[in-house]
Amino acid sequence: MTSHTYDAIIIGGGHNGLINAAYLARAGKKVIVLERRPIVGGAAVTEEIFPGFRFTEFSYVVSLLRPEIIRELELPKHGLKILPLPSTFTPMENGDYIAAWDDHDKTRREIYRHSPKDADAYDDYARLMVRMAMAVKPLLSLIPPDLASLSPRDLVGLLKTGLYAASLSEKDLYAVAKLVTQSSGDLLDDWFETDALKGTKSASGIIGTFLGPRSPGTAYVLLHHYMGEIDGAFRAWGFAKNGSGGVTASIASAARALGVEIRTDAPVKQVIVKNGRAVGVALENGDEFHASVVVSAADPKRTFLQFVEPKYFPDEFITQIRNFRVRGSSGKLNLALSELPNFTALPGEGELHRGAVSISPSIDYIERAFDDAKYGQVSRRPYIDIIIPSMIDPEMAPPGQHVMSCFVQYVPYDVEGGWDESKKEAFAENVIATLEQYAPNIRRAIIGKQIITPVDIERIAGITGGNIFHGELLLHQLFFLRPAPQWADFRTPLPGYYLAASGAHPGGGIMGAAGKLSAQEILKDGLR
Amino acid sequence: MLRTTPFHPRTSLINQLQNWRRWSGYYTAGLYEMSHEREYWAIRNAAALFDVSPLMKYLIEGPDAARLLDRIVTRDVQKMSIGQVIYTPWCNAEGKVLDDGTVSRLGETTFRMTSADPNLRWLNLNAAGMDVSITDISDQMAALSLQGPKARVILNRCAAKSLDGLKYFRLMENAIAEVPVTISRTGYTGDLGYEIWMEAANALPVWDALMAAGHDYGIAPAGILALDVARVEAGLILIETDYTAAHHALIESQKSSPFELGLGWAVNLEKGPFNGKQALVAEKAHGSEWMFVGLEVDWVGMERLFHEVGLPPQISPLTLRASLPVFKGSAQVGYASSSTWSPVLKKYIALAHVQKPYFEIGTDVLLEVTVEHQRKYAPAKVVKTPFYEPEWKKK
Repeated sequence: MTSHTYDAIIIGGGHNGLINAAYLARAGKKVIVLERRPIVGGAAVTEEIFPGFRFTEFSYVVSLLRPEIIRELELPKHGLKILPLPSTFTPMENGDYIAAWDDHDKTRREIYRHSPKDADAYDDYARLMVRMAMAVKPLLSLIPPDLASLSPRDLVGLLKTGLYAASLSEKDLYAVAKLVTQSSGDLLDDWFETDALKGTKSASGIIGTFLGPRSPGTAYVLLHHYMGEIDGAFRAWGFAKNGSGGVTASIASAARALGVEIRTDAPVKQVIVKNGRAVGVALENGDEFHASVVVSAADPKRTFLQFVEPKYFPDEFITQIRNFRVRGSSGKLNLALSELPNFTALPGEGELHRGAVSISPSIDYIERAFDDAKYGQVSRRPYIDIIIPSMIDPEMAPPGQHVMSCFVQYVPYDVEGGWDESKKEAFAENVIATLEQYAPNIRRAIIGKQIITPVDIERIAGITGGNIFHGELLLHQLFFLRPAPQWADFRTPLPGYYLAASGAHPGGGIMGAAGKLSAQEILKDGLR
Repeated sequence: MLRTTPFHPRTSLINQLQNWRRWSGYYTAGLYEMSHEREYWAIRNAAALFDVSPLMKYLIEGPDAARLLDRIVTRDVQKMSIGQVIYTPWCNAEGKVLDDGTVSRLGETTFRMTSADPNLRWLNLNAAGMDVSITDISDQMAALSLQGPKARVILNRCAAKSLDGLKYFRLMENAIAEVPVTISRTGYTGDLGYEIWMEAANALPVWDALMAAGHDYGIAPAGILALDVARVEAGLILIETDYTAAHHALIESQKSSPFELGLGWAVNLEKGPFNGKQALVAEKAHGSEWMFVGLEVDWVGMERLFHEVGLPPQISPLTLRASLPVFKGSAQVGYASSSTWSPVLKKYIALAHVQKPYFEIGTDVLLEVTVEHQRKYAPAKVVKTPFYEPEWKKK
């Protein structure tokens, strides 16, 4: 047994843990990151599963990585490149397709082909979403105010939120109110008539949730999609070079350059508590590390129910964490391909292969996919969000061959009868059969596949329930309620113990805000 | 009517917007796709193929070829080895820059010079009494530039000889699609890159071979717009944008010395007499009044200017080739001549002329920007260029 002393110990080397460590080190602190797996990255990893084919295994696009983090940690110097994913192509069941291209006029024409009315609505809808996203976006960089508190810090936060809301017209405010209560299906029905357009748009409201597009509250999640867009050319939305593992590799490199020590193969068994304060961690192999603060970049359940004995937390808090919804609802099918999928709706190799392909022919299609999952089944005809990383970054696959990332929903964690190999194969078969309907050559093109269920996400990435956001983005689990009321500012009821990952405000995606904001709070608390 | 380059039969078919710019009397593509984004990222992550045929090209041959060039440019040509390429400015007698370009030593007494402006007259004026022949080969020679981290592997796929041993700023004779070519490891992007020189009559098979070899590596034909972003990131100057050629200047203040353009590294005051040497020696002794520097705009400060009017930041994704005043407090101390959003760095950057003493690295200045029709001042810092330099550029 060995013992080491640091200013801060970070449990978990995912992107938030590494960002937190980098910011603490930047402030001159002695920091160590302890990662359970042999590689850093958490759910943002790239691994060569078949020789020459590199899979961005779990997360596959960079959505909202905060540009200030990219600049402050100088991530481009450490290899970060976010490559554009310029289009979205949705093949339809009738053999046609609808696409959003990287040119406004071209997209307008394309929608016009399906519905002249939708073509006009498309612009107005986008403008409204952008205005509302502008009102909500500052919240991502703020510590959420505790509405019930009268402490000055919270009041300032509240005022700031209020100020942005005040810049909206009354009409816009009503739109915001509607947005947070509506289902994405209802919202989109108000605007559009083309099924495949609505299906594709509604999908961004259900990703990572155990809800269907007809479930109330899903409209708000659509907004998250537009937050990246208001950054325009400055956006950090796209496919990271070398996959999502490329993002974490650049953060790890930046962290190391700032003096952070990163230890892999170092699974944490328990947080050491002394005199009512977190003072270190013990690894499964018995090694102990001591520090002024312990930061967990694991999910809330692991952070509060597994690493620390419950006796250190109030009962009410424990109950809230127990009730925190983490139902994994999505899976991945990563494919190594000998050739590109050839879509019957738009044959040949084209720009569609450099963007996203969405299997979302209608809202009803996705709602039906959810119906299967509600009762413990994998969707027979799932929603699939596809990208072909090798078309964007030639280093992802051998020349002339390809890797294809299929995000699939719904894939319940609690599948009826539990997951086994035959169920996994059946899940993959559902996906391949669905794809085959639109791109008949897909089956013969497959030379390798990796099937990832929520149980695999839990087993490999260590996320309880396999929920990609460490906890669903439900309205009652956001802002000042994430992960629990009164504890949305990264502090926890155990002094010296902090939460720094997606289970904290402002939530998931490769955003890094939780990692950075938590580091700021830790420093404010006067980390010695 | 503008002329078309030897690659026009190919480039005109893929120019989706028929967006053509002019370059030395030729049509040159602004961009090929609806947006220049993929072309830019091809430079930084795959390989971009540029038609750079409009460059001025001169063949200088004869016993006095090295002597002539040595007299013209600010670097030491006599010391160049065969197969070496140099980038260099050249000056008038006042030490003010006339042009900048490359000089390649093809043989003991054979050189090729490339330039942005016509230099035939200047070469001939300086050749008085020398045993040298000067030929303008601009129209006879086509040129392509393949830039990006995948440039080498693509060339290795289609060139007769491997490029593995070709060092930065060296050239080799080679063949692509059985067409004899010269390949130099040069470019205007600050990335790994090569320029391929060939007879205009044989140009098309080379284009086709490169496109075919590059298909699996994400090759993209690219135009001036993408190039303009990359060259600012690389801190490379552009004539008539970042400086005025001394013989085109109407007033004295429009002229710049190599020192003032940040090209002091390319001025060899140790070598024998050359155009402008005396003036440059004096300037070196006194120190320059101006310096050409990089500016990095503080994005938080920039965002604030837009937030004040209720907008998210809005900046063109294209390089702005317009002068933006630079201030220290309320006094103007310079101007930015090229500015751009850098997609790879996620930073707003500019190349600027700044007066003594504000050109020191780390100096805080203000850059004038227009926000919703109003003049505002964004905080910026003087930084070292290049802004972006990948490790594989020279490897």
